[in-house]
Amino acid sequence: MNEYEIIIGLEIHVQLQTETKIFCGCKNDYEAGPNTNSCPVCLGMPGALPVLNRKAVELACRFILAVGGEINTRSIFARKNYFYPDLPKGYQISQHERPLGKGGVIRIESGEGNSEIMLQGIHLEEDAGKSFHLADSSNIDFNRCGTPLLEIVTMPVIRSAQEAYLFLHRIRQIVQYLEISSGDMEKGALRCDANVSLRREGQHEYGIRTELKNMNSIRGVEKALSYEIERQISLLEQGGFVLQETRLWDESKGRTATMRTKEESPDYRYFPEPDLQPLELSGAWLEDIMQGLPELPHQKIDRFVREYQIPPYDAGVLTSTRQLADYFEETAGLCGKPKQASNWIMTEIMKIMKDAKTAPEELNIPPRNLAELINSIENGTISGKIAKDIVVEMAASGKTPGEIIGARGLEQITDKKVIEQAVEQVLSENAENLKRYFDGQQQLFGYFVGQVMMKTEGKANPHLVNKILKDKLNGR
Amino acid sequence: MEFESMSAAQIRASIIKGEFTASDIAEYFLKQAKAENSRLNCIISFGDSYAARAAENISQKIAAGLAPGKLAGVPIVIKDNLITKDLRTTCASHILEDFIPPYNATVIESLLKQDAIIIGKANMDEFGMGSSNEHSYFGRVPNPIDPEYVPGGSSGGSACAVASGLAPLALGSDTGGSVRQPASFCGIVGLKPSYGAVSRYGLVAFGSSFDQIGPMARTVEDCAILFSVICKHDPRDSTSANYVRPDYLEALKGRKKFSIGIPREYMAEGIDGEVLKAVQDAIEKAEGQGHEITEISLPHTKQSIAAYYTIANSEASSNLSRFDGVRYGYRSTAIDDLAEMYIRTRSAGFGAEVKRRIMLGTYSLSTGYYDEYYLKAAKVREIIRDDFDKAFNEVDLIITPTSPTTAFKLGEKIDNPLGMYLSDIYTVSASLAGLPAISIPCGKDNKGLPIGLQIIGKMFREDEILNLAYNLEREIGYNLKQ
Ligand SMILES: [Zn+2]
Repeated sequence: MNEYEIIIGLEIHVQLQTETKIFCGCKNDYEAGPNTNSCPVCLGMPGALPVLNRKAVELACRFILAVGGEINTRSIFARKNYFYPDLPKGYQISQHERPLGKGGVIRIESGEGNSEIMLQGIHLEEDAGKSFHLADSSNIDFNRCGTPLLEIVTMPVIRSAQEAYLFLHRIRQIVQYLEISSGDMEKGALRCDANVSLRREGQHEYGIRTELKNMNSIRGVEKALSYEIERQISLLEQGGFVLQETRLWDESKGRTATMRTKEESPDYRYFPEPDLQPLELSGAWLEDIMQGLPELPHQKIDRFVREYQIPPYDAGVLTSTRQLADYFEETAGLCGKPKQASNWIMTEIMKIMKDAKTAPEELNIPPRNLAELINSIENGTISGKIAKDIVVEMAASGKTPGEIIGARGLEQITDKKVIEQAVEQVLSENAENLKRYFDGQQQLFGYFVGQVMMKTEGKANPHLVNKILKDKLNGR
Repeated sequence: MEFESMSAAQIRASIIKGEFTASDIAEYFLKQAKAENSRLNCIISFGDSYAARAAENISQKIAAGLAPGKLAGVPIVIKDNLITKDLRTTCASHILEDFIPPYNATVIESLLKQDAIIIGKANMDEFGMGSSNEHSYFGRVPNPIDPEYVPGGSSGGSACAVASGLAPLALGSDTGGSVRQPASFCGIVGLKPSYGAVSRYGLVAFGSSFDQIGPMARTVEDCAILFSVICKHDPRDSTSANYVRPDYLEALKGRKKFSIGIPREYMAEGIDGEVLKAVQDAIEKAEGQGHEITEISLPHTKQSIAAYYTIANSEASSNLSRFDGVRYGYRSTAIDDLAEMYIRTRSAGFGAEVKRRIMLGTYSLSTGYYDEYYLKAAKVREIIRDDFDKAFNEVDLIITPTSPTTAFKLGEKIDNPLGMYLSDIYTVSASLAGLPAISIPCGKDNKGLPIGLQIIGKMFREDEILNLAYNLEREIGYNLKQ
């Protein structure tokens, strides 16, 4: 079998979280009752004209600047002409020849190391309405029509379905970090079309590509690409060839099928939108946006590894959201033990959040309480095992570790005399096992430890228990 | 006193003095328009409720001792491609035959604020596409001077209504000459403002980068009054220009001295001898008024028709996509699927000329033809702008004929679209450059048909155009009744 190089390019649409739509004053909320957020402009009534929402431009610029793209300080809107019932004007206001942004890089991390995905064009456009079909009628809801969209097109530099998956994940993370979109792919706030082609190793020119549509989740994009890559390989291996066409991903059947061939693909007849002036942006305005940009996920990962000496994997998990990263940093700062903070957050805290479906900032455990808990273990006040019970109670009650330890008397027993007493008691109650121990069953040591812990309700310091037990046994 | 010979200013004054009430005026004009319309067919829908409401407002204002608006009690006819809330707006098309808009154009709001009496919606060439008012779903309109002739277009109904005395004022819209040419053919005044001077919000788009709403009136003064009401920056139109508007009535006063250019390319082949003579006479009179006359050159005039029709039709092909039968307007019922709905609705909904232009425009924007047509035309447009820039370095205003001929006969050019397009030769250049231009009457031919003179000005210098037009109007002493 031949070796193939996989060439993938993605086209992503991100709905921008503005108060109002991109070209009219309607609320940008398409979950309201059908057609309640609509007006002559977004319904494409005759004579109505678009007026650009500056906020949408600002959010788009945040993204472009954050990923290191270049902003065209003079960009042009264009009409993309096609007929569809949910497209009221018969054209979509988009950008074509002089888009708002170009270039930029998205870094992703995988098992094989980091890679950089270069972006091609980034532009602003308007979303269409939504058609839905009932038994005897077709209906359209225009609430979504005019929602600002950011279109991001990558260079054809993605080399596997897995890489596409990681890339989309990172895009979602970035738009959330930048607070420009919910990034929710299931709700359509993030959408992705893909194109994929193969070329034999060493071959210079690209192969024929297919375009994939209708993927509704990040996982779906990965699955559709995997399927399509396999389909193309088997076609080529059988001596066939790939047709240039658009294919629809069928999630339930797990396969792609022809939607339209190249010949059937529409001619969008782009031309400059005469109803809008070229968009001119000043350097000072862009500088302000630049100043307000947050640290991006990959920058945080690098800094966490460097500053807190935690493994890259941990840093990746802790930076999955800005809120979680903040939570970690605050906790680590307060307790001064980043590795312990990281361990606690990645295990117990994330489990609590997952079970309760809460975000870090809504959690009943503020960073200072978690820091206190970590310190209580480190200074020997409680054992790690008890701490795991305490943290559950902290989450339920919002109490501090100190309050819980005090109320329940959970301080660790470090008094040697008390532990010695317990050890003596255990040994005298277990004459049988003691005999077997001395006969060579050394593993019973652990059993004795467990018995001592039980006697002390788990509060005895395990180090001391070990040491005292060893001494006592050696002394016999 | 005959209401129909009164100017807008006279009507307003008479109401304020209490000689007539606004409802006297409204009722008289509505009644008259309805009676005349069977012959003229220049009104598609009548504005009874608008007129009654305005008359009521004016009475209340007067009773309360408040000053009524600038157009108080003045009847006006509105081209039917301007959106009027709750009043049918058809664009003279079958596809919008029953369209009743839920909103107002910005200019309509301005008129209502100034207490104008909207008499009705004027007939026109469908969607503004035509130069003769023969391309209307609601039938053609005769020239009021001789019914054998066309009134011009596309604002033919507006021009006919004003020339016939159905209203002293009208609003038209001008894409490549649609206000100026019918004004010229009907012997009235019509101003195409600078692109961006008047809001396009609520003007049903034809060629968005050309379209301007323009005032039409029997006199330059009335034209200036109406212009001063509609010329405003509008945040709802992104192409509306934001600058301080001068007082256009003040601008009429005095006799400013201008340097006037006469483009040699306009006074050449293709022009009717009588038109040429009338325009030359007017130029002489201007010289007599102390203006300095220079010959200038606008070398790319010949390319303007091709550039104009390519760009305007390209924009139109896209602008008219919204008429798809989905949300409003006519929808064919004999349909099985989506494609059929589009095809049948648009085939039956649009007239032949509109479909011709949609096809031409679609072609010009198509992959493989875009560079050769749309893009090339856009480049020519820049060159024509440069021509004007150069000319306006030397002169303040430019005088040309409005049209190479007087009105042509009904049916004369209906089967010759190219011939019809070529008659726009003198008006499209200013449209390509976005410049303001007025047409004022300057004579009649031997058939008694009016001849129009065009004055083109610098960007946003309607004040200069109006001053010269006002002084020439008095000098020429042109009167329809003569
Ligand atoms: Zn809206």
